[in-house]
Amino acid sequence: MGQLTMLQRCALTFAIFMVVGPFAWIAMSSFKYQVDIYQGSWIFEPTLANYKDVLFSLRSNFTGNLWNSMVVATLSTILVLILGTLAAYSLHRFAWSPWVSKTIIGWMLFFHMIPVMTLVGPWYLIFRRLGMYDSYTGLVLTHVTINLPMTVWMMMAFFKEVPVEMEEAAEIDGCSRLQSFFYVVLPVVVPGLIAAGVLAFIFSWNEFAIALNLTSRETATVPIGVSKFAQEYEIQHAQMAAASILATIPAVLIMFFGQKFVVRGLTLGSVK
Amino acid sequence: MTQRHGSLLDRTFPYWSLLPAVIVFVVLSVYPMVNLLVMAVSTFRFEGGAEITTFNPMANISRFASDPVLRPALVNTLIFVAISVTLEMVIGLWLALLASRAVSAKGLLRTLIILPILVPPVAIGSMWRLIYNYEFGVINQFLALFGLDPVNWLGDSRFALMSVILVDVWHWVPFIFLILFAAVEGIPVDMLEAARIDGARQSQITRYVMLPMLLPAIIVAFTFRSILAFKAFDEVFLLTSGGPGTATEIISLHLYKVFFVQNDLGYGAMLSIVTILMVVSFMLVARKATSALER
Repeated sequence: MGQLTMLQRCALTFAIFMVVGPFAWIAMSSFKYQVDIYQGSWIFEPTLANYKDVLFSLRSNFTGNLWNSMVVATLSTILVLILGTLAAYSLHRFAWSPWVSKTIIGWMLFFHMIPVMTLVGPWYLIFRRLGMYDSYTGLVLTHVTINLPMTVWMMMAFFKEVPVEMEEAAEIDGCSRLQSFFYVVLPVVVPGLIAAGVLAFIFSWNEFAIALNLTSRETATVPIGVSKFAQEYEIQHAQMAAASILATIPAVLIMFFGQKFVVRGLTLGSVK
Repeated sequence: MTQRHGSLLDRTFPYWSLLPAVIVFVVLSVYPMVNLLVMAVSTFRFEGGAEITTFNPMANISRFASDPVLRPALVNTLIFVAISVTLEMVIGLWLALLASRAVSAKGLLRTLIILPILVPPVAIGSMWRLIYNYEFGVINQFLALFGLDPVNWLGDSRFALMSVILVDVWHWVPFIFLILFAAVEGIPVDMLEAARIDGARQSQITRYVMLPMLLPAIIVAFTFRSILAFKAFDEVFLLTSGGPGTATEIISLHLYKVFFVQNDLGYGAMLSIVTILMVVSFMLVARKATSALER
């Protein structure tokens, strides 16, 4: 392939710097005492005080937030994978009449398009009536709902890659439909399950708009915890930086292991 | 053929596999949306845990007609979507084209550039609040280095919306890059070789060979991105909460305030319906335009 000119090389390097620079600066700030932040000093004595304050001080409930996020993200990911994979397989494999499959896929498209804030109001009312306001159940269910379209699409794309002959062979060998799904098809689409799972987990972990309005102190998730540092009367800049870094770590770790699958999953449907 | 010896569970597999997802959609998206229609013609009052609903469509309509924030919110949303999506598409495409030719560093590039997509938007908001800070933010530090006056990036209504858009661009260029980079990598190498042997310059190859082949991926990326841009909320909430004045008030923020700060669920529902109609009509127009482009 063609070589890059010097100018293009510089442009690429600059792009990387623009991405990494802000992270580096924030990471640096998170190890500074408040004083050093206010003086904008570049040379300073690093401290873990901010992290300690975020995690263990009585004012913040960050460890509680971490636990809540872990529970909600894990449960909603498992649920959405089960529901989404089954639905995707059903839509892909069985001869649904077009109006059924078109209605479902069309609705998912429509639902995916509209800003989630338009539905938080009705959700709030419904959960209030059912006594599920400020509960894990409510939050998990809404996260399953917003992640379901993406999971179904992605799994359908992966199911399309599985040759029909494999299933036919299994059926000739005496497998029932269930057996051929669980023992033949499902093992082949494990990369898809990982990709969809990683994305669903990250989306749920990062989700803010719903959690802001459907939770209170007991069930608040990490993004709520982060936003608190920016909203108190006196903004705690150093803690804000430390909380932002802490909130990012799980997603980065998961993505680090799942990146290969996610890139394939995101591009499977779009590039063909 | 297999029906005969299949168990009940097996015979009904096509149905029960689809059912749970359909139930979730009906209960948590169809029903709430129907609820919006009912809510839009009602007013709500909460008295000691009890909820009192009255049929009162005029109250919401008159609020809608005289809402001073609605217009700026709609205008800001359109500006936000138009500028951020355009910038992201241009920069993302350009980076993808460049990166595909950086033979040695592809993997590293992708891993690094993917980073902003992973960060919780709320964390991005609070990070950039620090970066934009008037007194000690790193941008104003750099300006001071060149002897320039500090700029109040988020507090000055002339700059606030641009500053917010810039954060959005930082956040989402990687997403466009990811999709388009995979598409560029998918172009058969021999096709580019053939063009080169025929004497085409790099710029001509890009324009006449690569761009047409990338068009479907570009359209997908554009569609996804515009959808997400209309949904923007988290970062703006953290950065400015819509201020100063209504300078960065976008539709989701306004919805949030009406629903949960003013507790006006009736008017909020009416606004939601307007928002949904706006987004849907935008997508229909965009689809018409892009399908014309593809032909």
